[in-house]
Amino acid sequence: MSNMILNIEDLSVIYKTDMETVEAVNSIDLKISKGKTLGLVGETGAGKTTTALSILRLLPSNTGRILKGSIKFNDIDILGLDENKMREIRGDKIAMVFQDPMTSLNPVMTVGEQIAEAIKLHNEKLSKEDIEKRVEEMLNMVGILSSRKFEYPHQFSGGMKQRVVIAMALACEPELLIADEPTTALDVTIQAQVLMMIKELRNRLGTSMLMITHDLGIVAKICDDVAVMYAGEIVEAGTTEDIFLAKKHHPYTVGLFGSIPNLYSRTSRLTPIPGLMPDPSNLPEGCVFAPRCKHRMAICTKVHPGNVTDGTHSLRCHLFSEKINAEQMGGKKGNEQ
Amino acid sequence: MENVTSTSTQQNVDIFKKQSQTKEIWRRFKKSKGAVIGLFMLSVILLIVIFADLIAPYDMATKQQLANKLSSPSAAHWLGTDHFGRDVFARIIHGGRTSLIIALLATISSCIFGSALGAIAGYFGGKVDSIIMRALDIFMSIPDILFTMAVVFALGANFINLLIALTLAYFTNYVRLVRSQVLNLAEQDYVEAARAGGSSSARIILSHILPNAMGVIIVNTTLNVAKVILYQSTLSFLGLGMPPPAPEWGLMLSDAREFMRNAPYLLFFPAMAIVLSACSINLIGDGLRDALDPHLKS
Repeated sequence: MSNMILNIEDLSVIYKTDMETVEAVNSIDLKISKGKTLGLVGETGAGKTTTALSILRLLPSNTGRILKGSIKFNDIDILGLDENKMREIRGDKIAMVFQDPMTSLNPVMTVGEQIAEAIKLHNEKLSKEDIEKRVEEMLNMVGILSSRKFEYPHQFSGGMKQRVVIAMALACEPELLIADEPTTALDVTIQAQVLMMIKELRNRLGTSMLMITHDLGIVAKICDDVAVMYAGEIVEAGTTEDIFLAKKHHPYTVGLFGSIPNLYSRTSRLTPIPGLMPDPSNLPEGCVFAPRCKHRMAICTKVHPGNVTDGTHSLRCHLFSEKINAEQMGGKKGNEQ
Repeated sequence: MENVTSTSTQQNVDIFKKQSQTKEIWRRFKKSKGAVIGLFMLSVILLIVIFADLIAPYDMATKQQLANKLSSPSAAHWLGTDHFGRDVFARIIHGGRTSLIIALLATISSCIFGSALGAIAGYFGGKVDSIIMRALDIFMSIPDILFTMAVVFALGANFINLLIALTLAYFTNYVRLVRSQVLNLAEQDYVEAARAGGSSSARIILSHILPNAMGVIIVNTTLNVAKVILYQSTLSFLGLGMPPPAPEWGLMLSDAREFMRNAPYLLFFPAMAIVLSACSINLIGDGLRDALDPHLKS
């Protein structure tokens, strides 16, 4: 228990408006061990960002609500903390890198000022010189010349901006870094650079990480554990090996892999998952994936499947709870490795 | 680390040198001709107004010389004399003191007061927003002029009360302007990022939201200075401005009205004073907006 940096249990989050109630996250469990990286995978709208915002308690205050569950950070119950305590944790213990570097820097402050502010917020005693020194150190660490600290964000390219954002996030040496699709807005060559950098810094500083992404390539490269999220539920979770190499898979995970272009099999078409994600304000009764599932059975539309665990690997699918067709599933998967 | 990332930045060492913020803003400000002209005009006006006593003693502005009333501009009286034989030039430069100081102070105080309320309403939203905005609606439903008159009437016409009255008449603009800006800016990712970094609400408003709304606020403020000068003259016209015989531009205008046909310069010169100062402040505001916006930096 004590080597868990983050332990989410049975977390449910809703967005409630006058018109409808959106069930964004439904009873999920997530665990991150110290120094490890968890990849949270899923398509847009699956509840990945909502989960991340819940950890920082930054859900939009007028609509977002945590219904039940607990989030423990270093065995401290985050949901029970008051706003002041929470503010001390944000940025200092848990830092977040947002998706779009173009908009996550303040356009009227120089990058140096912005990094300095991140440091100042949690180290009030530091002298001005020390802060400046630290700013330069951070910039150097992410590979930006420290003389550029007097420049404004618009003078940086997208990749450089994301480096600045990462420098800001790491400035207080957080224990947990939440990266919300940190490379989605960047082009491919820069993606690789930034990912390498994140990976190296993580290893050097020993930071635990929650990597939110929809790119399975990123997962393969830098994650230790993976959780696949669909319509607010974790449908499959395990170590990276479990997800990429194991025989049994949730049909959704299989579909995810099927949607990736592959160099080695020259198929003319990708095999996307048919249909769309269910409306989160009106989730289906049984399995959330049932309407799109190729292996749908009678039970799937009626009973919500429980978790089936096999060592570190856990699945939420009737196919495996009923032990039907397990071999067939294993055979169908496998165009990734 | 360096081997991964240093490639793109290596050659640019010389280009990026330390440049102080104020120097940079000044450099961009200088680029706009209008702004420089405006600054020059305002400096001249301010110098004249500050050293008014050296140019023409205050006596000249208030001493009545009825034998010499309504005389045209001449060597003795550069801009002529009014219906009490007071020197118009002296009245204008001394009047500038009250007019400009009240206009500037009233604009600044209404800007600060209004912006603070608007920022709070826009940022916190919900009940706070409703309370502030509904109170404002009630406030705005009373005609400005009636409201100011009531304030000046109740408190008496003097410098401070005039300032209070003008502030109350103009702060409503800022509440609505800043609120709409904040509503927009609070949704920006960098505000979310600042929150995720542990910034308090006050810090987010002061260092992330308001600086980004500054351009709009500054332009509005400079436009308002001109409006406040005119509004003052309205009050003076109604006898609620600075009490006579104190020279004041609005008061001069309303006095001159009766003699428009015979002595048009009485109307012309104070009007010119108002136009020139308003114009110079507007030009400066325009230049400042561009200079403060780092996007336009080139």
